[in-house]
Amino acid sequence: MSALDTTASAGIALSTSGLSRSFGSLVVARDINLSLPVGARYALIGPNGAGKTTLINLMTGMLPPNAGTIALGGEDITELSPQARVKRGLARTFQINSLFANLNPLEAVTLAVCERRGISPRFWENIGVNKDAIEEAYDILTKLKLGDVAYQTTRELPYGRQRLLEIALALATKPKVLLLDEPAAGVPQEESGDIFEVVASLSDDLTLLFIEHDMHVVFRFATHIIVLVGGAVFTEGSPAQIAADPGVREVYLGKRHHG
Amino acid sequence: MLPPVFGVLFDGIAYGMLLFVLSVGLSVTLGLMNFVNLAHCAFAMLGGYVTVTLVNIFGWPFLATLPVAFIAAAVTSVVLERLLYRRLYRASDLDQVLLTIGLAFISVSVAAYIFGTIQQPIATPAALRGSFEFFGIGLGKYRLFLIGVALLVTLAMVIGLEYTRFGAQVRASVDNQRMARGLGIDVDWTFASTFALGSGLAGLGGSLAIEIVGLDPNFSFTYLVYVLIVVSVGGLGSIAGSFAAAMLIGISDIAGKYYVPELGAFLIYMVMVVVLMWKPAGLFGKR
Amino acid sequence: MANPTPNPTANPTAMTPQAYLLARGRWHPLEIAFWLATLLPFILFPNYLSLASQIAITALFALSLDLILGYAGVVSLGHAAFFGLGAYSAGLFSKYVWGEPFSGLLVAAALAGLLGYATSFIISRFRHLPLIMITLGLGLLAHEVANSAHWLTGGSDGLQGVRTEPIFGVFRFDLYGKTAYAYSLAVLFIVFLCARRLINSPFGLALRGIRENWNRMPAIGADSRAHIRKAYTIAAIIAGICGALLTQTTNSASLESISFQRSADVLVMLVLGGAGRLYGGLIGAAIFMVARDQFSGIAPQFWYFWIGVLLVAVVMFLPNGILGGLSKIYAKWSRK
Repeated sequence: MSALDTTASAGIALSTSGLSRSFGSLVVARDINLSLPVGARYALIGPNGAGKTTLINLMTGMLPPNAGTIALGGEDITELSPQARVKRGLARTFQINSLFANLNPLEAVTLAVCERRGISPRFWENIGVNKDAIEEAYDILTKLKLGDVAYQTTRELPYGRQRLLEIALALATKPKVLLLDEPAAGVPQEESGDIFEVVASLSDDLTLLFIEHDMHVVFRFATHIIVLVGGAVFTEGSPAQIAADPGVREVYLGKRHHG
Repeated sequence: MLPPVFGVLFDGIAYGMLLFVLSVGLSVTLGLMNFVNLAHCAFAMLGGYVTVTLVNIFGWPFLATLPVAFIAAAVTSVVLERLLYRRLYRASDLDQVLLTIGLAFISVSVAAYIFGTIQQPIATPAALRGSFEFFGIGLGKYRLFLIGVALLVTLAMVIGLEYTRFGAQVRASVDNQRMARGLGIDVDWTFASTFALGSGLAGLGGSLAIEIVGLDPNFSFTYLVYVLIVVSVGGLGSIAGSFAAAMLIGISDIAGKYYVPELGAFLIYMVMVVVLMWKPAGLFGKR
Repeated sequence: MANPTPNPTANPTAMTPQAYLLARGRWHPLEIAFWLATLLPFILFPNYLSLASQIAITALFALSLDLILGYAGVVSLGHAAFFGLGAYSAGLFSKYVWGEPFSGLLVAAALAGLLGYATSFIISRFRHLPLIMITLGLGLLAHEVANSAHWLTGGSDGLQGVRTEPIFGVFRFDLYGKTAYAYSLAVLFIVFLCARRLINSPFGLALRGIRENWNRMPAIGADSRAHIRKAYTIAAIIAGICGALLTQTTNSASLESISFQRSADVLVMLVLGGAGRLYGGLIGAAIFMVARDQFSGIAPQFWYFWIGVLLVAVVMFLPNGILGGLSKIYAKWSRK
C-alpha cells in the first residue's frame, strides 16, 4: 500500500491501490487497483450488484474502506473527509437524484460555488453582493442548458433537467476528477444522448469516470472501459479490446451488445 | 447482616425493571418504524387509570386489572396508529415529535378533567404488601413481584421475537423493510400489531407503576423523560439494550437519590449525555 | 409578509441572476406594515404594554429557534437552556455588578454564546432521535443545575433583588410597561434585522442547503457540522438576549425561564406560525401569547388540551404553519 506514492506519476489524476471493503461476509470491493490518467474518459461497467456505486462511494469517502488507499493527483486522500476530497477536486454525481428540492437551480449552484470559494461562512453580507459567484453559477447553468429554469423550484423541474442539475452541482466544485454515477439513469433513451453530449463537451483537462449500462453510449463516449464483477476488476481495456473479449461477453455483454 | 447498599441496589433493580416494562415497547416500535412517539407514556398512563378505576370503583382485584390495562392501551394505540400515526411514517422527525407531543398534552388534560390532578390511591392485595427480611435488609414484596413480572415480560418477548413466526416477521421488517415486503410479509400489519403490543406493555407498566411512583395526569411527561433516556441509552430496537439501560438508569437514579439527594435528577441526565456522546446509537444500537 | 419572496415568474429573463438574488433581500410592503403595526399597542392598548413586551421577547426567542430548526433543520427540545442562562446572568449581573441594562444584555449574550459554542460541538455530531434526546438531556441538565445551585439562583424561589436602572439613565421602567415594551421592541427589531441579513447571506443559503439535503452537502464540499456549530452559537446568543430582556423587564428570574415547558412552548409557537420563515416565529408567538392571556382564567392543564389539539391539527392539515398556509393561498390567488 505504501508503494502508492511511488506509483503515482504526474499524469495520473486518480488511483486506487488494494481498495477493499466488505459488509460481514459480503465482499463489495476486492483489491481494486485502478489509475485514471489526466483527461481520461473512462467507463465503469458491470452487472447489477457488481459494486460500481460502492467503488464511487469508496473513492469519494462516503464509505470507509477496510483496506487500501486512494490517491488524488499523487496525494494520499484515504483519510480525508468527503468534503475535503471535494475541495481538492474530486466530485461526484448520484445515480438517484440528490438535489435541494426547495431551492432553485440558481441558488443550489450558487451555494456550491460559495462553498468552493470559501464565502459560505459569511453571515453578514447579502448573497447578492457576490456578483462573481452568482455569475459563475449562472454560467454553469447556461452551459448545461438550465438557464431558462434557473429560477424555478428544483422540485418542479422535469426529470431530465434534474439529472443535468446533478452534473451542474458537481461542476460548481470545479473538479479535476468527476465521477458520474449513471448520469442518464431513468432518462428516456432519446434524451440520454443530450446528457452525454453535455458530458462529452466538458473540458479536456477534466478526468471523467462514468457508470453506464447502455453499451452504445459506453462505446461512443469512453476511451477506456473497466469491467467490474463481484466487487473485483474483471478486466479493463480499450472499447475494442473489451468488445472482443469473450469473457466479458459471457459475464456481462451477452446478447445485449448486439441486441 | 448485609450492608444497606444491597437494599438500595434491590430498590434500584426493581425500579429499573419498571422502567424496562414501560420503555421496551417504545424501543421496539422506534427500531421498527423509526417513529418518534412521545405519547408512549400516555398509553402507560391510560393503563394506570384503567387499573385505578377498576379497583377503586368496581372493586376488582388488582391482579385482574392488569390484563385489562394491557388490552385497553393496546386497542387505543392501534386506533390512533390507524388514524394518525400511519400518515406520518415517512414524515420528518419534527412532525412526528409535534403530533405525539400534542397527543401527550391532550392526554394530560383529559386525565385531569376526568380524575382531577391529585395522586390516585390504590389498594394492592394484602399478599403484595409488607416485606421480607433478608439478612437484615427489607425486600418489598411488591418490588419482588414487579421484578418477577418484568422477567416474565422479558422472557415472553425474547421467545416471541426469536422463536415465533410473528417474531421472525418483525425482525425481518426491522432489518430491511423493502426486503420484507418483497418476501410477502405484510409490513403494515406487522407495524400495527407491534405498535399495539408495545403500547399494551406500556399500559401494563403504567398499572404496575402506581404502587411505586404514584399516578397523576403529569405521568405522560414525567416518565416520558425516563423512558426516552432508557431507549436512547439502550439503543433503538434492542431488547437487551433496553434491559441494560433500564437497570443502569434505575440503579443510578435510586442510588443518586439515596446517597446524593441534592443532585436530584442530575445524575441520570449526566449518564444519558455521557453515554450518547460515547455511543450516539446507544449501548446496543446498530445504527 | 405572507409571501416576502419576489415573484420572478412574471418575467424571469429580464432579471439578471444577481438582481434576482438581491431582490430576495428587498423589503416587501407587508413587512413594513407589520413593523408599523408593532407600534400600535402604544396607542391602542396602553394597558397591555407589559403583555406586548412579553410577546416581543418571546417572538425573538422563537426567531432564535427558527434559525436552527426552521433554517438548518436541527430539532432542539432544550433551547430554554440558553434563555435561562441569559435570564440568570443578566439578573446576577444587575444584582452584583451594576444595573445598566445594555451591559447586562451583552454579558448575557456572551455567556449564552459561550455555552452555545461549547455544546455545539456535541449537538453537531447528532441527527434525528439522538439529537432530540441530546438537546432534551442538556436542557434538563441545565434546569437541574439552576435548581440545585440554590445559593446562586434562589432555586425554586426565583432570583430576588434584581434591579434594572433606567435606559440611558433616563427612561425608567414604569408600571405600565411603556419603557419595557419600547426597549424589548427595539432589541427585537435590531436582532431581527441581523437575522434577516443572515438568512439572505451565503451562510443562510448554506443552512437551507443543510435542511434540504444533509447528504448532498459534503458532496459539494460543504462542512455542514461547522455551519451547524456556527448557527447554533448564534441562536444561543439571541436566546440569551431574550432571557436577559425578560429579567430586566420583570426584575426577576425564575426556574420557569429554563424549564422544558419553555422549550416546548417556543417550539409550538414556531410551528404554529410556520418554521423556516422569518415571520413564522413572530406571528406564532403573538397568537400564542395573546391566546394564553385571553384564556388565563382556565386551568393550565386545559390550556394544554387546546395546544395539543392545535399541534395535531397543524401537523395533519397545515404542515407549514399559518404563514405557510397563507402564502399558499396568496400564491393561488396571484396566479389567477
